[in-house]
Amino acid sequence: MLADMRILIVEDDAEAAAYLVKAFSEAGHVADHAKDGLTGYGMAEEGGYECLVVDRMLPKMDGLTMIGALREQGLQTPVLILSALGQVEDRVKGLRAGGDDYLPKPYAFSELLARVEVLARRKAPQAAETFYQVADLKLDRLSHKVSRGGEDIPMQPREFRLLEYLMRNAGRVVTRTMLLEQVWDYHFDPGTNVIDVHVSRLRAKIDKGQAKPLLHTVRGAGYVIRDGA
Amino acid sequence: MTGLRRLVGTTAFKLSVIYMLASAIFAGGLLLYVGWNARRLIDEQIGQTLTAQINGLADQYRIGGIRRLSAIIERRSRQPGSFLFLLQGPGGETIAGNITGVSSAVMANSDLTETTYQRFDEAEGQPVLANRGALVRVFTLPGNNRLLVGRDLEERERLNAVLGQAIRLLIAALLIFGGLGAFLVARRALARMDAMTATSQAIMAGDLSGRLPVSGSGDEIDRLAVSLNAMLVRIGELMQGMKEVSDNIAHDLKTPLTRLRNSAEEALRTSNSKEEYRAALERTIDESDGLIRTFNALLLIARTEAGAGADSFADVDVSSLLTDLAEIYGPSVEEAGCTFRTDIAPGLTVQGSRELLGQVVANLIDNALKYGLPAQEGSRAEVTLSASEKDRNLLISVADRGPGIPPEKRGKAVERFGRLDTSRNKPGSGLGLSLVSAVAQLHKGHLRLDDHHPGLIVTLELPLQA
Repeated sequence: MLADMRILIVEDDAEAAAYLVKAFSEAGHVADHAKDGLTGYGMAEEGGYECLVVDRMLPKMDGLTMIGALREQGLQTPVLILSALGQVEDRVKGLRAGGDDYLPKPYAFSELLARVEVLARRKAPQAAETFYQVADLKLDRLSHKVSRGGEDIPMQPREFRLLEYLMRNAGRVVTRTMLLEQVWDYHFDPGTNVIDVHVSRLRAKIDKGQAKPLLHTVRGAGYVIRDGA
Repeated sequence: MTGLRRLVGTTAFKLSVIYMLASAIFAGGLLLYVGWNARRLIDEQIGQTLTAQINGLADQYRIGGIRRLSAIIERRSRQPGSFLFLLQGPGGETIAGNITGVSSAVMANSDLTETTYQRFDEAEGQPVLANRGALVRVFTLPGNNRLLVGRDLEERERLNAVLGQAIRLLIAALLIFGGLGAFLVARRALARMDAMTATSQAIMAGDLSGRLPVSGSGDEIDRLAVSLNAMLVRIGELMQGMKEVSDNIAHDLKTPLTRLRNSAEEALRTSNSKEEYRAALERTIDESDGLIRTFNALLLIARTEAGAGADSFADVDVSSLLTDLAEIYGPSVEEAGCTFRTDIAPGLTVQGSRELLGQVVANLIDNALKYGLPAQEGSRAEVTLSASEKDRNLLISVADRGPGIPPEKRGKAVERFGRLDTSRNKPGSGLGLSLVSAVAQLHKGHLRLDDHHPGLIVTLELPLQA
């Protein structure tokens, strides 16, 4: 299970914020709420948060300005931007302003949770990691080798990247859109079950014939690699 | 009164007045220059005639001495319009002449001098006391007699008076006609501006069909009106587009929202156990997710149709984009029991949006899988993704071996929610092709549906350079 995270939600819609605070606490995290950009700026600057969830349109100081100001202060906390504007250029603008991820409204909470959990972990240094292991499944980033129980598993390059992303976030749920973004670098609605097919092919390679499956489907959310059900 | 003040306040009026003042100053200056030159010329001419007179008289003096000279001066002095003469002896006493009151300083000066004098009236034997101006020259004769010959300056003064009068008349005429002109120009400009202002206010009040009046003269105000009218036409089109978009979205979302509400209501009515409620809620969430997807798709179509995104166009490597998509979709196509073929020419690029083009091709492959499977058992199922360049056009096509779409129904297929199976038992929102069409238009291209013998081939035709 993931360690508790402290999350700051900067959102002017009181009802939406209350829902998010409750939903995050049900997921085992602690969420605080700031109702405008200035308050959010003050609370975020004091620090202690693993992730900020920021609405773009905020009273007193808009979301992008707030993020820019925090980044100028040297604050490195990952920021996820929520926005009713879902266009490509809006996303690019948000990321350029210092955001780390972007989620257009309306969204499913499962998607938001998965993204926040993955983002919050980025604080830990990861560039040095060259080797991932979950139970007896091993992935070596340098030699591009994957093995399970000591047996090498041949991988296509894209399958390797898919597994790499899942293992880097072992224990965290990743959604289909996150996979499309991170593994293929596309930001659109893939429709049907394209990602599912790729994941089930990967699953066939790493879990087939094994007593203990590692790659799990989380209903209504996405996928997770973890040791244990 | 306010009408007059508005008129005077117009740019046209102010410009006219400034122009008029500048003309007046220029014309006045020109007349002064002419006057000054004429005066100089007259003075010069007088000087020359005076010299000639003096020379003639000096000759007479040499021939006949002072008696002959004074006799000639007496005679000439009596002629009407005569020169001015004054002959003085060595002691300054007047010997002959028709003027008096000339200062001794003038008599001592041999240059051309301007001075005042008094005419000596013969009949009275008295000087006429009015001081008059004259240009004179003094010549010292042998024997220290002094001879003054001069010319009254009345002609010059008359010229000056004529010129001064001309300047006054000119300025008065300029003020009257210029002012009138300024007034007329300003009134015409004001009338046209007032007409434009009235139209603009009508437009602001909501009547977008109003157009600014164009006089047809092709002047700068006309050109402004023409371009403002073109702008109004464009705004009108955009407004119409926005209105259609919001109408369509409202209409398009009503159906799925109603379905969502009905299914929740039904669950409330018929569920008995906790598990049943739970299942119903999960169904509701699934439906909502579908609704969110539909909403996002509609928004994307609407914004694309409104032209959003065209400003962030960049060079898109279509060949690698399609290769990526083939890799993403390949497994799904094969999973559906289809052969997936690609025929992608290398090195194809186009100005456009990578995300939108990607989404569009994804939609087409998705459609091919949903609707493009052969109806009869045993026939080969096949989806082909191809890209090529032809006649400066980039062609991206997705073909299937399904039942195809009869020509008369192809228009409907592109409409929003234009699903052809009336039973609607296949999944899908019915928005795929309308997004494809919108994206094609955003890239200044178009969408074509053709027969693939058998099957359907959907081609996106994009011009390579705009």
